This record gives sequence, C-alpha cells and structure tokens, in this order.
Amino acid sequence: AADLTASPSSFRVDEPLTPEKDVTNYNNFYEFGMGKGDPAANSGDFKPSPWTIKVDGMVAKPKEFGLDELMAMPLEERTYRMRCVEAWSMVVPWIGFPLASLIDKVEPLGSAKYVAFETVVRPEQMPGQSGYFQPLPWPYVEGLRLDEARHPLTILSVGLYGKTLPNQNGAPVRLVVPWKYGFKGIKSIVKITLTDKQPPTTWNLSAPNEYGFYANVNPAVDHPRWSQATENRIGEGGFFGGSRRNTLPFNGYAEEVASLYAGMDLAANF
Amino acid sequence: MASIPALPRKYHGASVWALYTLGFIPAVSAFYLGATGQLPGNAIKEFEHLLGIWALRFLIATLCITPIRDLLGVNWIRYRRALGLLAFWYVVMHFATYMILDKYLDFASIVTDIARRPFITIGMAGLVMLIPLALTSNNWSIRKLGPRWIRLHKLVYVIAAAGALHFAMSVKVVGPEQMIYIALVAALLVWRLLRSRFNQRRRERARPNFGAAR
Repeated sequence: AADLTASPSSFRVDEPLTPEKDVTNYNNFYEFGMGKGDPAANSGDFKPSPWTIKVDGMVAKPKEFGLDELMAMPLEERTYRMRCVEAWSMVVPWIGFPLASLIDKVEPLGSAKYVAFETVVRPEQMPGQSGYFQPLPWPYVEGLRLDEARHPLTILSVGLYGKTLPNQNGAPVRLVVPWKYGFKGIKSIVKITLTDKQPPTTWNLSAPNEYGFYANVNPAVDHPRWSQATENRIGEGGFFGGSRRNTLPFNGYAEEVASLYAGMDLAANF
Repeated sequence: MASIPALPRKYHGASVWALYTLGFIPAVSAFYLGATGQLPGNAIKEFEHLLGIWALRFLIATLCITPIRDLLGVNWIRYRRALGLLAFWYVVMHFATYMILDKYLDFASIVTDIARRPFITIGMAGLVMLIPLALTSNNWSIRKLGPRWIRLHKLVYVIAAAGALHFAMSVKVVGPEQMIYIALVAALLVWRLLRSRFNQRRRERARPNFGAAR
C-alpha cells in the first residue's frame, strides 16, 4: 500500500481507532478464503492496478472510470465505526470520496431507484474463487437504494490509515456504508449499475432469513443465530478489556440516516 | 501387518497421565495468550472456538479407540476414559467461556440463546448428555452399573453427532472444515453398525473352515 494524502473531514467518531494490524488482518473477504486471517495471507497475488469501474444502467452518461480518475476525486479521511453482522466492530480511518459525487458524473435518469454493485471475478488471483469448494456464488453482488447511495455518509474508499487500500480490505476501491452491517461494504468493485429494481445481494441470496437487503445495524433485531444487542470491539486486548459494548441503532448514525426509513417496519425490512 | 510396538505395562499409568497433561495444553496456552492480549482479532471468540474444536476432536478420538482395535489390532482402551473426560472438560470450558467472557453472565440472554437458537440448543443438549457420562466414568460406577453402563455410554454417539452439527450450524457457510468433522463422526458411527459383521467375518477367515480351532 502506497502513501495517500487526504483532507481531514468532520466525519470522525470520537472513539479510539482500531489498531491498523487488526484492521488489515481480521477480515471477511471470502474471495480469499473463509478464515479471518485468510484475506491477509492469500491476497498477495492480487493485482489492484490497472483497474476500471464501469458505471452504467439508468444513466444519461455511462462511463468507465480508471483508477487515476478515482484517485483524483477530492479524497477525505473519515473515521467511521464498522459493525460486522457477526457482532464485532472496529473504528477505521477510511480515505475516500462520497459515492454521490461519482453517481452525479453519470447523470442518473429519473427512473433509477437502486444502485447495484459487483466485485471482480479473478479465480487465478483470488483463491476462494477457485477449487472444489466455493463458499458463495461469484461475483459478489450488493445493492443500495439510490437515496442511501447518495447519502453524504456513503463513500467509496480507496485507502485507510493514510495508505491505499490493502488487497485484503478491498483494493483498489470498495464501498463503505457506516450505518449498515459490514457485508454491505462490497470490495474490489468493477461495476456499478443504476436500476429501477431492487438488486439481488449475495448474502441475501445465500441465507434470506439471516441477511436482508437493508442490513441496517439494529440492536433490536437479532440475527436468527445470535443477538445483535451488543458487539465486541476488535483489538481492545485480551479477555478482560471490557470490550463488549452496546450496539447503537444505525450503528450510531441514527441522527443522519433514520429519516431514510421513516414509516418502514425495520423488523420486516432487516 | 506390521504392528505398533506395545507400550511396556509399567508405563501404562504414566502414559494416561501424560495424555491428560498434553490434552490440556491447547486450552492453557490459548488462555494465557488471550488473557495477556496476544490472541489476534476477536480474542474471546477465538478462545471459545478453539475450546469447541478441541472438544469435538477429543470426542472423535474417543470414538476412534474401537475401530483402531478392530482394524489395527491395537488396544488403546486405557486412553478412552481420558479422551472422553478431556472432551467433557473442553465442552465445559467452551460453555463457561461463552457464559462468562462472551455473554458477561447475562443469564436472560443466555437462556434466550439456548431456547431460541437451534445450534445453541443442540450444543447445550450435548453438554447436558455429557454430564452423566463424566459422572459415571469412574471404576466404581462401571462395576456398579454393569451392562447398564455400556448402554448409558452409547450416548456418546448422540453427543458426537450433536457436536459436529453444532459446529456446522454455527458458521455462516458450511465449509470443508465442518464437512470433515461431520464425515469423521458419520464414519465412526457407521462403523458401529458394521463392526460386528466385520469382526465375525474376520474370525471366520482366520479359522480353518473345518475342524474346530481349539
């Protein structure tokens, strides 16, 4: 990962950062294996450059963005809480830019209601995408409602801890939606499509009763196999660090985003 | 078949105690690393998971004693009690870690978990079934219960199946690791159905067809 400069932003959580070694060694990125250490161990052959993201669908000006163009966007450093659906969390200093600024460049049509995302498929560089056993169908796909995608908190990240993204964190560009469970933060994106239909999402296809389309962090709605009321903060040392804390509605971003879901039953739309 | 050299009788007792000592090393070393903040990532989950996996491994080892005797002619039955008790203590430590370190003794939430989450219900059932086996693992109980002891301890088949199922149901995607444990337990249980026929056929083959052997 190369050094990367970004302007500071007002989006920063007033909580201690998760150590960089935990942010880059405790990952879910099944394209590189199912263990938490697999992405760091198995992503050495992955080539995040050159890279393009194709943005198409219901837009006036579909376009392929090269990596240089993405890196030339006005980059900000934003410290966000990251809450995994598995009931652990981190605080990560991301570098990136609002997804809205990319969407604006392609001029969405009035008919566009959702945004679909797709991860790269490269079995020769991603060991989890080859072999007899593959945990998920590829490509990994995710989606947001257009208003969620355009929300100022939603960013495309190209770096963390002052450097370009390590492969295991989704190099060269990934989504970060801090009020949703981490699996919504699709990594190594190659395609973004604006559409009028709710797009399929990988974990929802895999286990629809466990992972919904919205996946908003919600302590009141349990995962069928575990409670979401509390979370374990990664990297706070040992058994007795008192690192279990209460999970906050919308991961602490309720003030900014709760209005997006006004009138919706969040237990049904989990 | 080249047989494994037999351990001299005088070392039998010591070898069982060595097994107990070795058996607790994974738990003790992981506890030390976790308590001193040296387990990477999610220390409590790592520890909980390690204890569960070793419990399953010891259960499987317990079930291996009989097929090893049937197929290799090596009698390691003197280790079976230790392996079974190691499995029991690892399950107890696994549950204690879940209760104390993971759940902070939040009993309401623990009861909800056990009642509502099938993989935890199954795991808990495994622990409950292990208790009578551990309590009757002493020589006195074996003598006292006689044939009933053997019937009671067949519960270990159900417990091993529960353990493998509990593991598979706990993960987001059932992968090769879970499948291997399920396959091992399944093979060891199927062996119980086949072994009497296998042993009988082997005895017949070892014996001349006519004329009474001895």
